[in-house]
Amino acid sequence: MRNVFFFIRKYFTFFFFLFLQGLSVYLIVRYSNYHNAMFSKTALEVTGNISSRYNRVQYYFLLDKTNDELLKANERLLNQQKQNFSQPDTGNLLSAGPGINDTLSANRKWLYHAAKVVQQSIIQQNNYVIIHRGSNQQLRNDLGVVDINNGVVGKIVETSENFSAIMSLLHKDSKVSAKLFKYPDVAGTIFWDGKTPNIVELIGIPKSLKVAKGDSVITSGLTATYPAGYMIGQVAEVSPDKSSSNYQIKIKTTVNFYNVQMVYAIDNLEQDEIKALEKKLEKKNH
Amino acid sequence: MSPLIKNIIRFALFVLIQVFVLDRIHLHQLVTPYLYFLFILWMPFKMNRSWQMVIAFLLGITLDAFHHHPGFHAAACVLIAFIRPYLINLFIPQEGAESNYNEPSVKSMGGYLPYFIFVTVLTIIHHAWLFLLEAWQFGNLWYFFGNTLFSTAISLLLIIITELLFVRKQKFKTNTI
Repeated sequence: MRNVFFFIRKYFTFFFFLFLQGLSVYLIVRYSNYHNAMFSKTALEVTGNISSRYNRVQYYFLLDKTNDELLKANERLLNQQKQNFSQPDTGNLLSAGPGINDTLSANRKWLYHAAKVVQQSIIQQNNYVIIHRGSNQQLRNDLGVVDINNGVVGKIVETSENFSAIMSLLHKDSKVSAKLFKYPDVAGTIFWDGKTPNIVELIGIPKSLKVAKGDSVITSGLTATYPAGYMIGQVAEVSPDKSSSNYQIKIKTTVNFYNVQMVYAIDNLEQDEIKALEKKLEKKNH
Repeated sequence: MSPLIKNIIRFALFVLIQVFVLDRIHLHQLVTPYLYFLFILWMPFKMNRSWQMVIAFLLGITLDAFHHHPGFHAAACVLIAFIRPYLINLFIPQEGAESNYNEPSVKSMGGYLPYFIFVTVLTIIHHAWLFLLEAWQFGNLWYFFGNTLFSTAISLLLIIITELLFVRKQKFKTNTI
């Protein structure tokens, strides 16, 4: 027994080294699943705070650019207003724009929350965007996030009191259901291969379709996270996958992840109901 | 200034520079400049080795907190903090500069070459371990080699510039007090 203690004492440094390495690897494995990506809400709150101070300075230099983008977004929204359309034919509902909406009614499905980005990363293998709005400001997990040009940024994976972390499209676990604007019936999946920022891949589009460079790729609306029709990007490169009947399509993202400053989190008010339904189904199957 | 305060300021500065300056430089996806681990290389000679590793772990976990993915930098930092004393023993001059100077530098290691080898070896180990753990997720080996090679080159360049710009005043402690 004495020898055991002596042995441990002699190689204490080495054992301590193994312990710390083990702890680090444990942390990596434990948090490699994005569902518990943040190792503590306190850490998110503290780093978010420091980042927002830094961003206050950095944002000053981007003001005119953000202003231009907001102006464009506003123009697009103004053009959708109902009074811009004259309707001599009352039966024609196609050009009705947003239509008559009672904003207080129970029919609302999507609710938008504006937020300021305080930190974004693109050089890691798993990238997050941190926004200055959290659980105290009605955000929660699994909300889709788009930027002011209607481009998909990602989805919220963790919220602290005043900050939220968004798993951006540039993340190994990011999977978004998408379709080509030309073929609204065929849905594929968007993921990131970890190589180039602002370039993601689309799989699941059969070779029988004609896909050209520059085609728009939009969200499919098949999942509860994003409404249908939000821009993901444009086709940058098409190559046939030799081992399957599908294309391998490279997409240039609409969002410039190098510099995203303003975003909207989209709350799906029906999400809870859908989740409850899924749980019921799971119970039935077991 | 007492060594403790000096090192605390150094710790904060290295983390802030890494997070808010170097992490925002996008040269290429293969090239990520890292400088913060120079803090570990500059730690005093006379320090308990377990404490060295604890501080390295703290440095790594602080950086991980900003990257929102714990473990990677902590693991790499602990590894170089563990290997550092062996390398110092290997490269330190026979007269025992360890007792004459506080921390590793060109002066205390006895010339440019030993110090540069010391820095290069630890940089390569740090980067290789860091990118190996990251590559483990994506499983791309060539990506790992390229990442390690190019990032090491850039990091070394940054370290040389830092050494030239910020000359650390090192007092020679003689035996006659």
